Amino acid sequence: MSVILPYNREEEGAHPPFLSPDYKATIKRSPREALIRIPQTLTELTGPAGRWDRLMGPAVADLTKIGKGEAIGQRIVVSGRVLDEDGRPVPNTIVEVWQANAAGRYIHKKDQWNAPLDPNFTGSGRIITDDQGRYRFYTISPGAYPWGNHYNAWRPAHIHFSLLGPAFATRLVTQMYFPGDPLIPLDPIANAVPAHALPRMISRFDIETTQEAFALSYIFDIVLRGRDATPMED
Amino acid sequence: MSGQTPWQTVGPYFHYALPWKGGADLVEGKGDAGARMDLLPDGHYTLNPNDQPRRPAKGQVVTITGTVYDGDGVPIPDSFVELWQANAAGRYDSPDDTREEVALDPDFIGFGRASTDADGVFTIRTVKPGRVPGPGNALQAPHIAISVMARGVIKRMVSRIYFADDPSNAEDPILDLVPPHRRATLLAVPVGEGAYRFDIRLQGEGETVFFDV
Repeated sequence: MSVILPYNREEEGAHPPFLSPDYKATIKRSPREALIRIPQTLTELTGPAGRWDRLMGPAVADLTKIGKGEAIGQRIVVSGRVLDEDGRPVPNTIVEVWQANAAGRYIHKKDQWNAPLDPNFTGSGRIITDDQGRYRFYTISPGAYPWGNHYNAWRPAHIHFSLLGPAFATRLVTQMYFPGDPLIPLDPIANAVPAHALPRMISRFDIETTQEAFALSYIFDIVLRGRDATPMED
Repeated sequence: MSGQTPWQTVGPYFHYALPWKGGADLVEGKGDAGARMDLLPDGHYTLNPNDQPRRPAKGQVVTITGTVYDGDGVPIPDSFVELWQANAAGRYDSPDDTREEVALDPDFIGFGRASTDADGVFTIRTVKPGRVPGPGNALQAPHIAISVMARGVIKRMVSRIYFADDPSNAEDPILDLVPPHRRATLLAVPVGEGAYRFDIRLQGEGETVFFDV
Protein backbone atom coordinates (compact mmCIF):
# COMPACT_ATOMS: atom_id res chain seq x y z
CA MET A 1 0.00 0.00 0.00
CA SER A 2 1.09 3.52 -0.63
CA VAL A 3 1.36 6.08 2.12
CA ILE A 4 -1.90 8.02 2.44
CA LEU A 5 -2.01 11.42 4.10
CA PRO A 6 -4.83 11.53 6.63
CA TYR A 7 -7.06 14.56 7.04
CA ASN A 8 -6.86 16.96 9.94
CA ARG A 9 -9.20 16.28 12.82
CA GLU A 10 -12.07 18.56 13.75
CA GLU A 11 -10.54 21.97 14.52
CA GLU A 12 -10.47 22.49 18.27
CA GLY A 13 -12.84 25.26 19.38
CA ALA A 14 -14.34 25.87 15.94
CA HIS A 15 -17.37 23.60 16.08
CA PRO A 16 -20.39 23.49 18.39
CA PRO A 17 -20.43 20.90 21.20
CA PHE A 18 -22.99 18.11 20.77
CA LEU A 19 -24.67 19.29 23.95
CA SER A 20 -25.50 22.94 23.31
CA PRO A 21 -28.33 23.35 25.84
CA ASP A 22 -29.57 26.73 24.60
CA TYR A 23 -30.59 24.77 21.50
CA LYS A 24 -32.94 22.59 23.49
CA ALA A 25 -33.28 19.72 21.07
CA THR A 26 -29.63 18.84 21.70
CA ILE A 27 -30.31 17.96 25.34
CA LYS A 28 -31.75 14.51 24.60
CA ARG A 29 -30.00 14.03 21.28
CA SER A 30 -26.34 14.35 22.26
CA PRO A 31 -24.05 11.57 23.45
CA ARG A 32 -23.01 11.38 27.09
CA GLU A 33 -20.05 9.10 26.47
CA ALA A 34 -16.83 10.55 25.06
CA LEU A 35 -16.14 9.90 21.39
CA ILE A 36 -13.66 7.11 20.74
CA ARG A 37 -10.82 8.31 18.59
CA ILE A 38 -9.95 5.97 15.75
CA PRO A 39 -7.28 6.18 13.08
CA GLN A 40 -8.41 7.25 9.62
CA THR A 41 -8.44 4.05 7.59
CA LEU A 42 -9.22 3.60 3.91
CA THR A 43 -12.89 3.86 4.95
CA GLU A 44 -12.49 7.41 6.27
CA LEU A 45 -10.01 8.48 3.55
CA THR A 46 -12.29 7.66 0.62
CA GLY A 47 -15.62 8.99 -0.58
CA PRO A 48 -17.88 8.94 -3.62
CA ALA A 49 -16.80 11.10 -6.53
CA GLY A 50 -18.36 12.13 -9.81
CA ARG A 51 -21.44 9.91 -9.50
CA TRP A 52 -23.75 12.66 -8.34
CA ASP A 53 -26.32 12.19 -11.11
CA ARG A 54 -26.77 8.55 -10.14
CA LEU A 55 -27.00 9.42 -6.46
CA MET A 56 -28.82 12.67 -5.62
CA GLY A 57 -29.72 13.51 -9.21
CA PRO A 58 -28.67 16.15 -11.74
CA ALA A 59 -27.51 19.60 -10.66
CA VAL A 60 -30.10 22.30 -9.89
CA ALA A 61 -28.37 25.68 -9.80
CA ASP A 62 -31.34 28.02 -10.26
CA LEU A 63 -33.83 27.66 -7.44
CA THR A 64 -35.96 30.50 -8.80
CA LYS A 65 -37.02 28.51 -11.87
CA ILE A 66 -38.08 25.13 -10.54
CA GLY A 67 -41.80 25.89 -10.71
CA LYS A 68 -43.97 26.90 -13.66
CA GLY A 69 -43.52 30.56 -12.84
CA GLU A 70 -40.79 32.51 -11.16
CA ALA A 71 -40.33 32.34 -7.40
CA ILE A 72 -41.46 35.34 -5.36
CA GLY A 73 -38.87 37.30 -3.41
CA GLN A 74 -35.60 39.16 -3.66
CA ARG A 75 -33.48 37.41 -6.30
CA ILE A 76 -29.93 36.70 -5.13
CA VAL A 77 -26.90 34.91 -6.47
CA VAL A 78 -24.79 32.99 -3.96
CA SER A 79 -21.29 31.95 -4.91
CA GLY A 80 -17.97 31.08 -3.40
CA ARG A 81 -15.24 28.53 -3.27
CA VAL A 82 -14.88 25.27 -1.44
CA LEU A 83 -11.34 25.13 -0.07
CA ASP A 84 -9.34 23.05 2.34
CA GLU A 85 -7.53 24.53 5.33
CA ASP A 86 -4.43 25.15 3.22
CA GLY A 87 -6.43 27.19 0.71
CA ARG A 88 -6.43 24.48 -1.94
CA PRO A 89 -9.64 24.24 -3.98
CA VAL A 90 -11.88 21.20 -3.56
CA PRO A 91 -12.96 20.47 -7.15
CA ASN A 92 -15.86 18.37 -8.48
CA THR A 93 -17.55 18.01 -5.15
CA ILE A 94 -21.26 18.28 -4.49
CA VAL A 95 -22.77 21.23 -2.63
CA GLU A 96 -26.38 20.58 -1.59
CA VAL A 97 -28.48 23.52 -0.42
CA TRP A 98 -31.96 24.03 1.02
CA GLN A 99 -33.83 26.94 2.51
CA ALA A 100 -37.14 28.56 3.44
CA ASN A 101 -38.99 30.77 0.98
CA ALA A 102 -39.12 34.58 1.07
CA ALA A 103 -41.77 34.48 3.80
CA GLY A 104 -39.71 32.14 5.95
CA ARG A 105 -41.71 28.97 5.23
CA TYR A 106 -40.33 25.60 4.15
CA ILE A 107 -42.16 23.52 1.59
CA HIS A 108 -42.32 20.63 4.05
CA LYS A 109 -45.46 19.18 5.58
CA LYS A 110 -44.04 19.48 9.08
CA ASP A 111 -43.61 23.25 8.70
CA GLN A 112 -47.03 24.54 9.69
CA TRP A 113 -46.10 28.14 10.42
CA ASN A 114 -48.76 30.57 9.23
CA ALA A 115 -46.77 32.15 6.41
CA PRO A 116 -47.58 31.76 2.72
CA LEU A 117 -46.13 28.96 0.63
CA ASP A 118 -44.94 29.86 -2.85
CA PRO A 119 -46.08 27.19 -5.32
CA ASN A 120 -43.16 28.21 -7.55
CA PHE A 121 -40.48 27.81 -4.94
CA THR A 122 -39.21 24.53 -3.59
CA GLY A 123 -35.94 25.79 -2.12
CA SER A 124 -33.56 22.91 -2.71
CA GLY A 125 -30.71 22.60 -5.17
CA ARG A 126 -27.29 21.13 -5.75
CA ILE A 127 -24.20 22.32 -7.52
CA ILE A 128 -20.92 20.61 -8.39
CA THR A 129 -17.79 22.69 -7.79
CA ASP A 130 -15.60 23.38 -10.82
CA ASP A 131 -11.87 22.62 -11.08
CA GLN A 132 -11.15 25.71 -8.95
CA GLY A 133 -13.62 24.68 -6.26
CA ARG A 134 -16.10 27.37 -7.31
CA TYR A 135 -19.86 27.05 -7.01
CA ARG A 136 -22.72 29.42 -7.79
CA PHE A 137 -26.49 29.28 -7.61
CA TYR A 138 -29.48 31.59 -7.96
CA THR A 139 -32.22 31.70 -5.39
CA ILE A 140 -34.38 34.15 -3.48
CA SER A 141 -33.46 35.67 -0.16
CA PRO A 142 -34.89 33.38 2.56
CA GLY A 143 -37.06 34.87 5.30
CA ALA A 144 -36.61 34.55 9.06
CA TYR A 145 -39.10 32.34 10.87
CA PRO A 146 -40.27 31.62 14.41
CA TRP A 147 -39.54 28.31 16.10
CA GLY A 148 -40.49 26.75 19.38
CA ASN A 149 -37.14 26.73 21.14
CA HIS A 150 -38.02 29.54 23.57
CA TYR A 151 -40.36 32.51 23.84
CA ASN A 152 -40.20 34.74 20.75
CA ALA A 153 -37.50 32.61 19.15
CA TRP A 154 -36.74 33.47 15.51
CA ARG A 155 -34.21 31.80 13.29
CA PRO A 156 -32.10 34.30 11.38
CA ALA A 157 -32.39 33.98 7.60
CA HIS A 158 -30.13 31.15 6.48
CA ILE A 159 -29.38 28.65 3.74
CA HIS A 160 -28.44 25.08 4.69
CA PHE A 161 -25.30 23.73 3.01
CA SER A 162 -24.26 20.08 2.86
CA LEU A 163 -20.83 19.11 1.51
CA LEU A 164 -19.11 15.77 1.11
CA GLY A 165 -15.64 16.83 0.03
CA PRO A 166 -13.21 14.13 -1.07
CA ALA A 167 -13.63 11.68 1.80
CA PHE A 168 -15.83 10.39 4.60
CA ALA A 169 -13.61 12.43 6.95
CA THR A 170 -14.32 15.76 5.21
CA ARG A 171 -18.12 15.74 5.58
CA LEU A 172 -19.68 19.08 6.53
CA VAL A 173 -23.19 20.40 7.03
CA THR A 174 -23.46 24.07 7.91
CA GLN A 175 -25.75 27.07 7.58
CA MET A 176 -24.96 30.28 5.75
CA TYR A 177 -26.17 33.49 7.36
CA PHE A 178 -26.51 37.00 5.94
CA PRO A 179 -24.42 40.00 6.98
CA GLY A 180 -25.94 42.44 9.44
CA ASP A 181 -28.83 40.21 10.46
CA PRO A 182 -29.92 41.35 13.97
CA LEU A 183 -31.23 37.85 14.74
CA ILE A 184 -27.79 36.20 14.54
CA PRO A 185 -26.64 37.26 18.04
CA LEU A 186 -29.91 35.88 19.47
CA ASP A 187 -29.83 32.52 17.75
CA PRO A 188 -28.89 29.47 19.88
CA ILE A 189 -27.95 27.36 16.86
CA ALA A 190 -25.50 29.89 15.37
CA ASN A 191 -24.18 30.77 18.84
CA ALA A 192 -23.53 27.14 19.72
CA VAL A 193 -20.40 27.82 17.67
CA PRO A 194 -17.60 29.54 19.61
CA ALA A 195 -17.77 33.30 19.03
CA HIS A 196 -14.51 33.57 17.14
CA ALA A 197 -15.64 31.00 14.57
CA LEU A 198 -19.25 32.17 14.12
CA PRO A 199 -18.31 34.83 11.51
CA ARG A 200 -17.07 32.01 9.24
CA MET A 201 -20.74 31.17 8.65
CA ILE A 202 -21.76 34.70 7.63
CA SER A 203 -21.70 35.47 3.92
CA ARG A 204 -20.65 38.87 2.64
CA PHE A 205 -22.54 41.14 0.28
CA ASP A 206 -20.52 41.93 -2.85
CA ILE A 207 -21.39 44.75 -5.24
CA GLU A 208 -18.78 43.70 -7.81
CA THR A 209 -20.55 40.42 -8.54
CA THR A 210 -24.04 41.82 -8.02
CA GLN A 211 -25.75 41.51 -11.38
CA GLU A 212 -26.97 44.77 -12.85
CA ALA A 213 -30.76 44.98 -12.70
CA PHE A 214 -30.99 41.27 -11.83
CA ALA A 215 -29.64 39.86 -8.56
CA LEU A 216 -27.83 40.85 -5.38
CA SER A 217 -24.66 38.88 -4.78
CA TYR A 218 -23.55 37.13 -1.59
CA ILE A 219 -20.21 35.37 -1.32
CA PHE A 220 -19.66 32.43 0.97
CA ASP A 221 -16.40 30.47 1.01
CA ILE A 222 -16.44 27.11 2.77
CA VAL A 223 -13.40 25.51 4.36
CA LEU A 224 -13.24 21.72 4.72
CA ARG A 225 -10.59 19.80 6.60
CA GLY A 226 -7.14 19.84 5.00
CA ARG A 227 -4.53 17.13 4.92
CA ASP A 228 -2.54 16.41 8.01
CA ALA A 229 1.12 17.13 7.25
CA THR A 230 2.25 14.03 9.15
CA PRO A 231 2.18 10.99 6.87
CA MET A 232 0.47 7.85 8.17
CA GLU A 233 1.76 4.39 7.33
CA ASP A 234 -1.19 2.55 5.92
CA MET B 1 -4.16 28.28 6.90
CA SER B 2 -7.81 29.20 7.22
CA GLY B 3 -10.19 27.80 9.78
CA GLN B 4 -12.74 25.07 9.20
CA THR B 5 -16.28 26.19 8.55
CA PRO B 6 -18.28 25.20 11.64
CA TRP B 7 -20.87 22.44 11.70
CA GLN B 8 -24.58 23.21 12.08
CA THR B 9 -27.58 20.93 12.41
CA VAL B 10 -29.52 19.73 9.36
CA GLY B 11 -32.66 20.86 11.18
CA PRO B 12 -36.06 19.19 10.72
CA TYR B 13 -36.65 20.06 7.05
CA PHE B 14 -33.84 18.31 5.16
CA HIS B 15 -36.18 15.77 3.53
CA TYR B 16 -36.70 17.64 0.28
CA ALA B 17 -32.97 18.27 -0.17
CA LEU B 18 -30.91 15.28 0.95
CA PRO B 19 -32.50 11.79 0.97
CA TRP B 20 -33.31 10.79 -2.58
CA LYS B 21 -35.66 8.05 -3.80
CA GLY B 22 -33.81 4.77 -3.73
CA GLY B 23 -30.97 6.22 -1.66
CA ALA B 24 -31.37 3.58 1.03
CA ASP B 25 -31.24 0.72 -1.49
CA LEU B 26 -27.59 0.47 -2.47
CA VAL B 27 -28.22 -2.74 -4.41
CA GLU B 28 -30.45 -1.36 -7.16
CA GLY B 29 -32.01 1.87 -5.93
CA LYS B 30 -35.54 0.48 -5.80
CA GLY B 31 -38.62 2.59 -5.18
CA ASP B 32 -38.69 5.43 -2.69
CA ALA B 33 -36.31 3.71 -0.26
CA GLY B 34 -34.66 6.27 1.99
CA ALA B 35 -36.83 9.25 1.00
CA ARG B 36 -39.85 10.64 2.86
CA MET B 37 -42.27 11.40 0.05
CA ASP B 38 -45.05 11.68 2.65
CA LEU B 39 -43.51 14.95 3.85
CA LEU B 40 -43.32 16.69 0.47
CA PRO B 41 -46.19 18.34 -1.38
CA ASP B 42 -46.67 17.11 -4.96
CA GLY B 43 -44.38 18.71 -7.47
CA HIS B 44 -41.71 19.67 -4.96
CA TYR B 45 -39.35 16.76 -5.27
CA THR B 46 -36.20 17.87 -7.11
CA LEU B 47 -33.87 14.96 -6.35
CA ASN B 48 -33.07 11.83 -8.33
CA PRO B 49 -36.31 10.73 -10.07
CA ASN B 50 -35.05 7.14 -9.83
CA ASP B 51 -37.17 6.11 -12.82
CA GLN B 52 -34.59 3.93 -14.60
CA PRO B 53 -34.26 0.26 -13.68
CA ARG B 54 -30.76 -0.62 -12.53
CA ARG B 55 -28.74 -3.79 -12.67
CA PRO B 56 -28.30 -5.14 -9.16
CA ALA B 57 -24.90 -4.90 -7.50
CA LYS B 58 -22.84 -8.05 -7.02
CA GLY B 59 -22.70 -9.73 -3.66
CA GLN B 60 -24.73 -11.00 -0.75
CA VAL B 61 -27.82 -8.82 -0.31
CA VAL B 62 -28.54 -7.77 3.26
CA THR B 63 -31.23 -5.60 4.81
CA ILE B 64 -30.54 -3.69 7.99
CA THR B 65 -33.43 -2.22 9.94
CA GLY B 66 -33.24 -0.16 13.09
CA THR B 67 -34.71 2.60 15.18
CA VAL B 68 -32.94 5.81 16.15
CA TYR B 69 -33.66 6.67 19.82
CA ASP B 70 -33.06 9.78 21.91
CA GLY B 71 -31.92 9.87 25.54
CA ASP B 72 -35.42 9.10 26.79
CA GLY B 73 -35.74 6.09 24.53
CA VAL B 74 -38.13 7.98 22.26
CA PRO B 75 -37.80 7.19 18.53
CA ILE B 76 -36.56 10.07 16.38
CA PRO B 77 -38.63 10.59 13.23
CA ASP B 78 -36.61 13.52 11.85
CA SER B 79 -33.23 11.91 11.37
CA PHE B 80 -31.30 10.10 8.68
CA VAL B 81 -28.40 7.73 8.46
CA GLU B 82 -25.77 8.35 5.80
CA LEU B 83 -23.80 5.34 4.58
CA TRP B 84 -20.41 4.70 3.04
CA GLN B 85 -19.08 1.25 2.36
CA ALA B 86 -16.89 -0.88 0.12
CA ASN B 87 -18.37 -3.23 -2.48
CA ALA B 88 -18.67 -6.98 -1.97
CA ALA B 89 -15.07 -7.47 -3.05
CA GLY B 90 -13.79 -4.89 -0.57
CA ARG B 91 -13.10 -1.98 -2.94
CA TYR B 92 -14.26 1.60 -2.44
CA ASP B 93 -15.68 3.38 -5.49
CA SER B 94 -13.37 6.32 -4.87
CA PRO B 95 -10.36 7.72 -6.73
CA ASP B 96 -8.44 7.42 -3.46
CA ASP B 97 -8.81 3.66 -3.36
CA THR B 98 -6.15 2.85 -5.95
CA ARG B 99 -6.02 -0.94 -5.48
CA GLU B 100 -6.54 -2.04 -9.08
CA GLU B 101 -6.18 -5.67 -8.01
CA VAL B 102 -9.56 -5.50 -6.24
CA ALA B 103 -12.43 -5.19 -8.72
CA LEU B 104 -14.84 -2.27 -8.85
CA ASP B 105 -18.49 -3.11 -9.43
CA PRO B 106 -19.98 -0.71 -12.02
CA ASP B 107 -23.38 -1.25 -10.39
CA PHE B 108 -22.33 -0.33 -6.87
CA ILE B 109 -21.33 3.07 -5.49
CA GLY B 110 -21.61 2.41 -1.77
CA PHE B 111 -23.01 5.79 -0.70
CA GLY B 112 -26.58 6.17 0.54
CA ARG B 113 -29.02 7.94 2.80
CA ALA B 114 -31.83 6.38 4.84
CA SER B 115 -34.39 8.65 6.51
CA THR B 116 -36.18 7.46 9.59
CA ASP B 117 -39.94 7.17 9.20
CA ALA B 118 -42.66 8.54 11.49
CA ASP B 119 -41.76 5.78 13.99
CA GLY B 120 -38.02 6.52 13.90
CA VAL B 121 -37.29 3.41 11.83
CA PHE B 122 -34.81 3.24 8.94
CA THR B 123 -34.25 0.39 6.51
CA ILE B 124 -31.15 -0.16 4.41
CA ARG B 125 -30.79 -2.65 1.57
CA THR B 126 -27.23 -3.23 0.47
CA VAL B 127 -24.60 -5.87 -0.22
CA LYS B 128 -22.37 -7.03 2.57
CA PRO B 129 -19.08 -5.19 2.12
CA GLY B 130 -15.82 -7.09 1.70
CA ARG B 131 -12.87 -6.60 4.01
CA VAL B 132 -10.65 -3.58 3.48
CA PRO B 133 -7.17 -2.79 4.79
CA GLY B 134 -6.82 -1.16 8.17
CA PRO B 135 -3.91 0.34 10.05
CA GLY B 136 -0.64 -1.54 9.78
CA ASN B 137 -1.11 -4.86 8.00
CA ALA B 138 -4.44 -5.62 9.63
CA LEU B 139 -7.56 -6.28 7.57
CA GLN B 140 -10.76 -4.74 8.86
CA ALA B 141 -13.91 -6.78 9.36
CA PRO B 142 -16.80 -5.96 6.98
CA HIS B 143 -18.36 -2.68 8.08
CA ILE B 144 -20.42 0.28 6.92
CA ALA B 145 -19.37 3.76 8.02
CA ILE B 146 -22.36 5.84 9.11
CA SER B 147 -23.11 9.45 9.96
CA VAL B 148 -26.28 10.10 11.95
CA MET B 149 -27.88 13.51 11.49
CA ALA B 150 -31.12 14.93 12.84
CA ARG B 151 -32.84 17.96 14.23
CA GLY B 152 -31.09 18.51 17.55
CA VAL B 153 -27.92 16.82 16.35
CA ILE B 154 -25.72 19.86 15.86
CA LYS B 155 -22.93 17.99 14.14
CA ARG B 156 -22.91 14.52 12.69
CA MET B 157 -22.43 11.51 14.93
CA VAL B 158 -20.08 9.00 13.32
CA SER B 159 -20.36 5.29 13.93
CA ARG B 160 -19.97 1.94 12.16
CA ILE B 161 -22.21 -1.02 11.45
CA TYR B 162 -20.49 -4.41 11.79
CA PHE B 163 -22.16 -7.79 11.30
CA ALA B 164 -22.50 -9.72 14.55
CA ASP B 165 -22.19 -13.12 12.82
CA ASP B 166 -18.91 -12.35 11.08
CA PRO B 167 -15.97 -14.14 12.71
CA SER B 168 -13.46 -11.53 11.52
CA ASN B 169 -14.87 -9.03 14.05
CA ALA B 170 -12.57 -10.67 16.59
CA GLU B 171 -9.51 -9.35 14.75
CA ASP B 172 -10.87 -5.95 13.69
CA PRO B 173 -8.41 -3.18 14.63
CA ILE B 174 -11.13 -0.56 15.14
CA LEU B 175 -13.43 -2.72 17.29
CA ASP B 176 -10.33 -3.47 19.31
CA LEU B 177 -10.22 0.22 20.34
CA VAL B 178 -13.74 0.00 21.79
CA PRO B 179 -14.20 -1.14 25.41
CA PRO B 180 -15.53 -4.72 25.22
CA HIS B 181 -18.75 -3.93 27.08
CA ARG B 182 -19.71 -1.31 24.46
CA ARG B 183 -18.83 -3.28 21.30
CA ALA B 184 -22.31 -4.78 20.97
CA THR B 185 -23.67 -1.33 20.09
CA LEU B 186 -21.73 -1.57 16.80
CA LEU B 187 -23.00 -5.02 15.81
CA ALA B 188 -25.98 -5.59 13.53
CA VAL B 189 -27.72 -8.68 14.85
CA PRO B 190 -29.04 -11.35 12.46
CA VAL B 191 -32.82 -11.65 12.64
CA GLY B 192 -33.49 -13.78 9.57
CA GLU B 193 -32.06 -14.81 6.22
CA GLY B 194 -29.93 -11.83 5.15
CA ALA B 195 -31.77 -9.59 7.63
CA TYR B 196 -30.17 -7.66 10.46
CA ARG B 197 -31.26 -5.33 13.22
CA PHE B 198 -29.17 -2.29 14.19
CA ASP B 199 -30.66 0.24 16.61
CA ILE B 200 -28.97 3.57 17.25
CA ARG B 201 -29.16 5.16 20.70
CA LEU B 202 -27.91 8.71 20.71
CA GLN B 203 -27.73 8.95 24.49
CA GLY B 204 -28.05 7.05 27.75
CA GLU B 205 -28.29 3.36 28.50
CA GLY B 206 -26.82 1.32 25.67
CA GLU B 207 -25.57 4.48 23.98
CA THR B 208 -24.13 3.69 20.57
CA VAL B 209 -20.38 4.11 20.30
CA PHE B 210 -19.57 7.24 18.32
CA PHE B 211 -16.16 7.89 16.86
CA ASP B 212 -13.83 10.82 16.52
CA VAL B 213 -12.47 10.44 13.01
